[in-house]
Amino acid sequence: MSELSLLVLLPFLAATLTVAVPGRAASLGLVATAANALLVVSLCREIIARGAVEQVIGGWAAPLGITFVGDGLAAVMLAMTAIVSLAITAQAMSTPGRAGFWPLWMATLGALNGLFLSGDLFNLYVAFEILGLAAVGLTALAGTPMALRAAFDYLTAGLAGSLLILLGIALSYSVTGRVDLETVVVLTESSNGRIALALIAAGLAVKAALFPLHFWMPAAHSSAVPVASALLSALVVKGALYLALRLSIEGGAGAEFLRSALAVLGTGGMLWGAWNALRAERLKLLVAHSTVAQIGLIALAIGVAGDPLQNGLWTAAALLMLSHALAKAAMFLAVGRIAEALGHDRISGLNREELRPGAAEFAFAIAAISLVGLPPTAGFIGKWILIEGLVDEGAVHWIALLLLGTALSAAYLSRVVSRCLRGGPHVSATAQRLPWRSGDVAALGLATGALLLGLAAALPLTLLEVPFA
Amino acid sequence: MSQYLPLAILMTSLGIVPIILVMPESARRLRTGVNLAAATVKVALVVWLSFEVTRGNSFDLRHSIAPGLELHLQADPLAVLFLALSSILWLLTTIYAVGYLEGGTDRSRFFGFFSLCVASTVGIAMAGNLFTFLVFFELLTLATWPLVVHRGTSEAHRAGRIYLVYTLGGGLALTLGTIWLYALAGEVPFVPRGVLGDLPETAPLALTAIFVLLIAGVGVKAALVPLHGWLPLSMVAPAPVSALLHAVAVVKAGAFGIMRIVYDVFGVETLQAMGLAMPLAALAAVTILWGSFRALTQDDLKKRLAYSTVSQVSYITLGVALISPVAAIGGLAHLVHQGIMKITLFLAAGNFAEGQGVKTVRAMDGMGQRMPGAMLAFTIGALGMIGVPPLAGFVSKWYLGAGGLDAGQPMVIALLAGSSLLNAAYFLPILYRGWFCAPTEGAKASRRIGWMLAVPPATTAALVLVAGLMASAPFSPLGWTRFIVSLEYL
Repeated sequence: MSELSLLVLLPFLAATLTVAVPGRAASLGLVATAANALLVVSLCREIIARGAVEQVIGGWAAPLGITFVGDGLAAVMLAMTAIVSLAITAQAMSTPGRAGFWPLWMATLGALNGLFLSGDLFNLYVAFEILGLAAVGLTALAGTPMALRAAFDYLTAGLAGSLLILLGIALSYSVTGRVDLETVVVLTESSNGRIALALIAAGLAVKAALFPLHFWMPAAHSSAVPVASALLSALVVKGALYLALRLSIEGGAGAEFLRSALAVLGTGGMLWGAWNALRAERLKLLVAHSTVAQIGLIALAIGVAGDPLQNGLWTAAALLMLSHALAKAAMFLAVGRIAEALGHDRISGLNREELRPGAAEFAFAIAAISLVGLPPTAGFIGKWILIEGLVDEGAVHWIALLLLGTALSAAYLSRVVSRCLRGGPHVSATAQRLPWRSGDVAALGLATGALLLGLAAALPLTLLEVPFA
Repeated sequence: MSQYLPLAILMTSLGIVPIILVMPESARRLRTGVNLAAATVKVALVVWLSFEVTRGNSFDLRHSIAPGLELHLQADPLAVLFLALSSILWLLTTIYAVGYLEGGTDRSRFFGFFSLCVASTVGIAMAGNLFTFLVFFELLTLATWPLVVHRGTSEAHRAGRIYLVYTLGGGLALTLGTIWLYALAGEVPFVPRGVLGDLPETAPLALTAIFVLLIAGVGVKAALVPLHGWLPLSMVAPAPVSALLHAVAVVKAGAFGIMRIVYDVFGVETLQAMGLAMPLAALAAVTILWGSFRALTQDDLKKRLAYSTVSQVSYITLGVALISPVAAIGGLAHLVHQGIMKITLFLAAGNFAEGQGVKTVRAMDGMGQRMPGAMLAFTIGALGMIGVPPLAGFVSKWYLGAGGLDAGQPMVIALLAGSSLLNAAYFLPILYRGWFCAPTEGAKASRRIGWMLAVPPATTAALVLVAGLMASAPFSPLGWTRFIVSLEYL
């Protein structure tokens, strides 16, 4: 019952404490992420056993008060965040951190949890604001001129997105007089309401880095420190995608215009991101462009899934988000380690002579399998559910595009993996393997988790069936 | 306890993958011990499983992933046939690979993916539905890639890239066909005589498209012309990998997939009624002739063997596609017979390269004097491929020919005769050079071939002889395939 508010309060409390006691920040962060994970597990069990959970904060009921709602979709998103945050925390503890990382990270976690649990639009806006500012801080942590410029662009884009969202919420309040999520279906019935929804969606597109509004993202994600890149790419953009999916669910049949736009923009992002990833010369940029492509794929999945009240195709989008979060976090952590060992991250220089491929390269390869969506990963199950539904509808063009996107992702990721498979004449006789570090466990664990998630896909799929109260 | 036998067989190779991958390069004895122990245990488990199956016990292990989507392992007689082939040849190839790679680099990675490769093959054999088959089929693609590029040269990487393009492309076709079929028919378990019910009447066009997609998907690995381009290139891999690719894992997985699709998804009657059996047989015939023609002109020994594989594997497809129980026996028996003959040839060719540095047909002069044991094994394998009685290849060709007559396709006899002539034309010159030409001046000094390299080809050559001589024994490959075919055609 009180788990919902605890999930939001606990990380913010931890953020405050890490500011107050910077010497103990890492241990405080570990306690907070572990407690968060335990809370999420218990919430998931409760939701499977008893259905969606709702909590009204301070006794103020809708339409004005703060309402937290935990349904199946929220639980899956919370679980995704909890798994990735354990790995991020483990990795951050094993690398010498920068001042400011822990408070920003804890604030990000709290904002994400708040976002997934919010039952009304205004709460969502507040969560987005906190998330956006913390994310800008995380980007700037690297301190390099490139990172600072990227962070400034990120800040500008994020504020523009927030303004659009706020405008949309204000307009929707003027149309219906309420801000809870149930108003979305009312909004779809009037033209002003649809404009409000379109404004919110445009703001989300900026925040999710959805093509063609992704211009700020590759620089931000590739110039941040590795743990921050992993966070931004795996979790932060998911906040906006989650809300897009939520609007599609709440809007029902009336939200078809939003879905059409998502499908078209998603296709553009999938192809444009893949094209840039194919041409990228730096490893971090390749991974960042692959995020543009994967966000496009997820938007495409939300867009072509049709009315979520009529069929279950939208669960494919949720599975793809889950799979991408784990795999992309693993990939950025691995890339950080590879770049550290090499001293650079040029793709052409990956097959160096003096080092043998190690755990980080292996983690990258496994994460790549998940991102391409080969069996038995969750990404594969997601694509399977989606394509099976599209076959039933005879939507041949969408199937062809999905297959094209899959082939392209295999093409650009194999550029890296093939260079990790060096051997024979490319490795000198005295070449050493990098020693194991505790941080490698994080990347490898996440990548393996993403791989095996497909075998356990029944669990998230069961959770996703629990409807919004 | 014994119902978990299929899982145990899978885990003997899958479970050791992470262990071997993290082993330090220097732990040579430990790695060899783990490899050989796992391979031996697997053979024992497969023997146990086949006894259980002949006693009429059935095995079913299921794990649900999503509604209407489950992983399903089972052990029908066809699965046991492929399991027996792969487990015995894995043991022999492992012994050979340990000897072959002595002193090489990256052996932990090699043996890790080697085991993963066999694990996927075993999974393909025991897959109980099309989804499970697809999962292991794609896993096989990924597991083989590091083996193909093992040498790390730019040539190897090029071959690996082309291999990936072909097999992942085929994988996409197979995936699409599988999803489409699931959307039409629901769960697609492998059941003799097919599971399609009245779909051939209600959705004939869609089913035809699905059949083309599925066959194209598995046809890449089975090296059906024109999808065979990757196979001769991937010859840059080390000899044990080529042996595994050609005899046990990749190419065989493709041929096995064709069997499953024809027999257990569509069923021969449905396929014939839809008019799809003849085109498949024609494609197999073209592949048989084309592969043999290309083999004629290859001077590189392994490339000649590779084109020979293209040709020989399609005998299996031909036997499946000719709608006749007799031809089916020939095709299924050839799954095993081609496996043991081709592995003999590749292991012997690997020994020529290791012992004498001989990699081309031209350099084979006097090999009978230089390496009599390996040359004898090679000869038995080659004569078997040509179809000389009483070797294993003769038995396959006999049944295929009789099956062609049985199916009312006398052209098959002409095809077999033509193909055998071509086989003779590209194998006999090698044998002639080996036995009857004097060694050229300045032949390289030999490296001593240890028992680990010598015993495996000798064993498989003996198997070629035994499988032919004892063809009518109940536990011979032929006897077992008769049992399988009776299930499909009764």
